[in-house]
Amino acid sequence: MAKRDLPEINAGSMADIAFLLLIFFLVTTTMDVDTGISRKLPEKQPEDAPEPPKLKEKNVFIVTVNRNNNILVEGEHFMTIDKIREEAKKFIDNGGGLGNPMKDAQGNVLEPAECDWCEGAKDPASSDHPNKAIISLESDRGTSYGTYISVQNELVGAYTDLRNRLSEKLYGVTYTKLIKDAKNNPSNESLKEKIKNIKEKYPQIISEAEPTK
Amino acid sequence: MSKFRKKKKGMPGISTASLPDIVFMLLFFFMVTTVMRETELKIKKPQLPKATEIKKLERKSLVSYIYVGRIEGQGGDKIQLNDRVADVKDVKYFIFAERDTHSEDEIPLLTTSIKADVNSNVGTITDIKEELRNINALKINYSTLKGDVMDNIK
Repeated sequence: MAKRDLPEINAGSMADIAFLLLIFFLVTTTMDVDTGISRKLPEKQPEDAPEPPKLKEKNVFIVTVNRNNNILVEGEHFMTIDKIREEAKKFIDNGGGLGNPMKDAQGNVLEPAECDWCEGAKDPASSDHPNKAIISLESDRGTSYGTYISVQNELVGAYTDLRNRLSEKLYGVTYTKLIKDAKNNPSNESLKEKIKNIKEKYPQIISEAEPTK
Repeated sequence: MSKFRKKKKGMPGISTASLPDIVFMLLFFFMVTTVMRETELKIKKPQLPKATEIKKLERKSLVSYIYVGRIEGQGGDKIQLNDRVADVKDVKYFIFAERDTHSEDEIPLLTTSIKADVNSNVGTITDIKEELRNINALKINYSTLKGDVMDNIK
């Protein structure tokens, strides 16, 4: 009889407490994913480093952004941001001459060859080969960061577009998709091989020059 | 035998006894995934630029953040490292401190994410980049949101 007097603890409100905590964590959770444009800075050269090899002017695509955020391409054309991508693509994809020697699948160095995957105008006054084409981004200390990033984005975008096009032609899927697939199954060697091949054919060479004062 | 032959008495109510369990499960999920903000922003929250060619930053433990923005009522860009507003020259000590917390083989993988306001000057960013180059912290990431680049210049 005495046992019956001991009441059970009512667990009915447990759910309420748990809900309260749940809502607290729901509200405080920030699921922000960090995204951005990744870059690798060039290594610092020692003082006594040999002079860098001279580049042909036609192989360098100079984009200058001044302190008023005006964009000048190749020192002569004023341009708005939305035009840069096309212009950069034309430059990279020109393929007007022989490129730097590339390696084949076995690692043998091949003879310098023309770019047979380029669809550009083959203008002899523009870049020789995607692996020789260099994009140089010059800026001023007073340039706004927003404009700077926009231009960078367009330049990276030009490479992505070209890589996508080539990948679609060779493998039937876009480069962006290849990257995504490779991330999902990191052990797939053939995907990695494909990505490497495309990266070699359109290497991303963007130089961020030191700004003018 | 009659013990087993029970009469059916309508529909039984759905038991809610497992409700706390379900809620607790959700609760633990959120407790585990929640990241409390480590640093408090001393500068005005930078309005990040927008871009389309973005990559996700993997492995957050390997990322150190540098904030660049303005302080209300003060001119010029300010740099925030951890919990305080600092000078460009302090960037290297900040990176050294970050390196100390990681093992030797992780150091080349360390990335510096620059969270800078759209309206800051490229000069400030270049100074930071130069400091990072000096100490060989070469992997950087310009933090951006996904969006149209034309919004950056408005």
